[in-house]
Amino acid sequence: MAEKTYLQAISDSLRLEMRRDQRVFVLGEDVGVYGGAFKVTQGFQEEFGASRVLDMPLSETAIVAGATGAALMGMRPVAEMQFADFVSCAWDQLVTVAAKQHYRAGTPIPIVLRLPSGGGFSGGPFHSQNPESSFAHIPGLKVVCPATPEDAKGLLATAVEDPNPVLFFEHKHLYRRIRGEVPDERYTTPFGKARTHRPGEDVTVITWGAMVYVADDAAAKLAEEDVSVEVLDLRTLIPWDRDAVLESVARCSKVLVLHEDTKTGGFGGEIAATIAEEAFEQLDAPVRRLAAPDSPVPFAPSLEKAFIPQVDDVAAALRELAAY
Amino acid sequence: MSTGTEVEVVMPQMGVSVSEGTVTRWLKQAGDAISRDEPLLEISTDKVDTEVPSPGEGVVAEIRVQEGETVEVGTVLALIRPAGGEAAPSEPTPAPAGEQELVDEPQAAAQPEAEPVAEAPAQPASSASEPEVAEPVVAGAPVEAPAGEGNGRTFVSPVVARIAAQHGVDPGGIPGTGQGGRVTKKDILAFIESGAASAPTAPAPVPVPVPVPVEVTEPAPPPAEPEPAVPAVASSAAAPAPASPAPPAPPAPPAPQPPAASPATEAPEPSSAPVGEHEEAMTAMRRGVAEHMRRSLDTSAHVTSAIEVDMSRVVAAREQLKREYQSSYGVNPTYLAFIAKAAVATLGDWPWVNGEIRGDKIVTRSFVNLGIAVALEDGKGLIVPVIRNAQDYNLLGVARAIAELAEKARTKKLMPDDVQGGTFTITNPGGFGTFHGTPIISQPQAGILGTYAVVKRPWVVQDELGQDVIAIRPMMNVTLTYDHRLVDGAYAGGFLRDLRARLEAWGDGDA
Repeated sequence: MAEKTYLQAISDSLRLEMRRDQRVFVLGEDVGVYGGAFKVTQGFQEEFGASRVLDMPLSETAIVAGATGAALMGMRPVAEMQFADFVSCAWDQLVTVAAKQHYRAGTPIPIVLRLPSGGGFSGGPFHSQNPESSFAHIPGLKVVCPATPEDAKGLLATAVEDPNPVLFFEHKHLYRRIRGEVPDERYTTPFGKARTHRPGEDVTVITWGAMVYVADDAAAKLAEEDVSVEVLDLRTLIPWDRDAVLESVARCSKVLVLHEDTKTGGFGGEIAATIAEEAFEQLDAPVRRLAAPDSPVPFAPSLEKAFIPQVDDVAAALRELAAY
Repeated sequence: MSTGTEVEVVMPQMGVSVSEGTVTRWLKQAGDAISRDEPLLEISTDKVDTEVPSPGEGVVAEIRVQEGETVEVGTVLALIRPAGGEAAPSEPTPAPAGEQELVDEPQAAAQPEAEPVAEAPAQPASSASEPEVAEPVVAGAPVEAPAGEGNGRTFVSPVVARIAAQHGVDPGGIPGTGQGGRVTKKDILAFIESGAASAPTAPAPVPVPVPVPVEVTEPAPPPAEPEPAVPAVASSAAAPAPASPAPPAPPAPPAPQPPAASPATEAPEPSSAPVGEHEEAMTAMRRGVAEHMRRSLDTSAHVTSAIEVDMSRVVAAREQLKREYQSSYGVNPTYLAFIAKAAVATLGDWPWVNGEIRGDKIVTRSFVNLGIAVALEDGKGLIVPVIRNAQDYNLLGVARAIAELAEKARTKKLMPDDVQGGTFTITNPGGFGTFHGTPIISQPQAGILGTYAVVKRPWVVQDELGQDVIAIRPMMNVTLTYDHRLVDGAYAGGFLRDLRARLEAWGDGDA
């Protein structure tokens, strides 16, 4: 056990997978010599050789298509998008081919797409998005959004083992900012099991990714006001842990669904709708959503701060719910 | 209280054996104008649901018994102040009903403010905090009302509604700390934990919905009309306790209570209905039906015999009479009328079928009080109005009596004695096409006749030469379910045989 950054945990996990399983290889733009846009694969080419750490042309379509083909041939590719935003270039390969291959032909596509996502550092509209809900909508894909170093390591190992295309959203704002104790050995963290980041009993915040920390800070503020806030980290969106959500709703009866993605069509809507369908009689207040406004992510730091839900925004929403 | 000129509306005696009744719905609210005999409220007993007409003309001055409350016969339910009578704002406010005092002038509202707290101990909390009734007529004494004000007060969230239903508490009586004084989940849980819910004599949980003239939603029937068309819609007498989220308007009135219970204490059964199931409170009528059915099976030794009746002559007679009865008397001669007529005549020869076991005595009669089972719409219940001295009627009279009683039953206009004293009953589920059944005897009678669908069937009859031929005949199955303690199978068979003979030989003289 050692304290690691979120980024280091991902890098460690990937390295362990490549040591464990010869079928695992990485491919992406500048993942080899350069060590990846965020240095997740730094030193990988030295250890595993250029044939398992492939620098690819500047074509996300080629990367995802190549990974899909390799998976069909029995490999376990882990492809890196420099930014999650760019996965849209490979939409067709991912959504039309990879997601449906098993349904059409019975052949599994065990690929992992590592998708550095999220904002908070003035990346602007092309380098700050959280497109998880777009892919959560596609049957055949799995969507993973770890919030802690420990989860990042365990969930990446599970992703590599999974026989389906898995979109692994790594929040860039967590990369070097978030540290945590991470076991040294290999372990897997199951998909579809939420994690109680902070137990509470008055209001539940359901969230994932970087918003877990925003929610936790807001919960700390509310604790000073004698409001006990539970923070539930979903960890994975597809599959997502309905049982944990409904259980928490049954206890607290007031719910805030929080995400950094924009609001309309965001995955929070799915959660809110499920709560309304399955836990209506548990509710003591309307299910509240807090998300980014429906706009591209702005460059300007002041605007971006207004765009991404901040601790004060969350605290205000929690206060309203508590008072309802 | 009463100025002396006011007319009291009391809980009527709904038949000899009924000692109390439940107010299911007020058709008028305090302050409404009302004419004599205009329907004022609906009541429910274990025997009958009915409307109570106003005994006087004027204005509803005061409503003393709220919807859902069960009171003794003779209890004053409301006061009618004669038209032009004094509005009596200056009268002292009585403890139990002060908040009902209704005055046309808003200024009068100020009056109760001055009431010493001690004078109005119980109800005020909920009435004072009633937000919908902002019109200044209300006046609960302002005992440090725990509840907030504003719109939240009456909104009950799904979880609070569920907990309230489970524990049988009324959220309207719980101090709310939520937005606008709304009762939150924490509030109701704390309330239950505090034990307040199980101490039902405490004043707090008693909801006192305050009727407000402005809020009247019921279109008042034209005052002069003797037969208002309203009652047909008045089925809400069965309004069950909300097992599902309560409506937002005034604090839900307590469910119609089982007669024995005092309204505030009796909790509706916990409605922890699993997903996909739905629970609602039984209406008084349904409870009555349930109790009676069970008791009857526990009392009588039920046996059912059936017989097939060739209805050719009845069908022919009916065809012949139909036009005349319809055009001259406005009455439809139904098959049921024919059978009732024939059954009453046959009972004369088989008195035990029309009899009763009373203690260790057998009672027989020279008269037949014929009960006709009537199902209310939507399975709301079953009621058996009685044609008294049915032996006195000819076919036309029986047909008219059946039609009138059925109509009264469905529009809740039956009078208490309309359902009392039956000696024999006919039930007619044949309208649905059923061909057999084993009905349950209406206690303390000894028999119930079941009539079923008339169906054309091939039937072996004898032609004029005495040869067997197969003919198409309108056949009806008739069952007699009898109490074998009193009536033996041979006796019942004799009755059925004679009844069949009467129907198959129907002639002009039988009408």
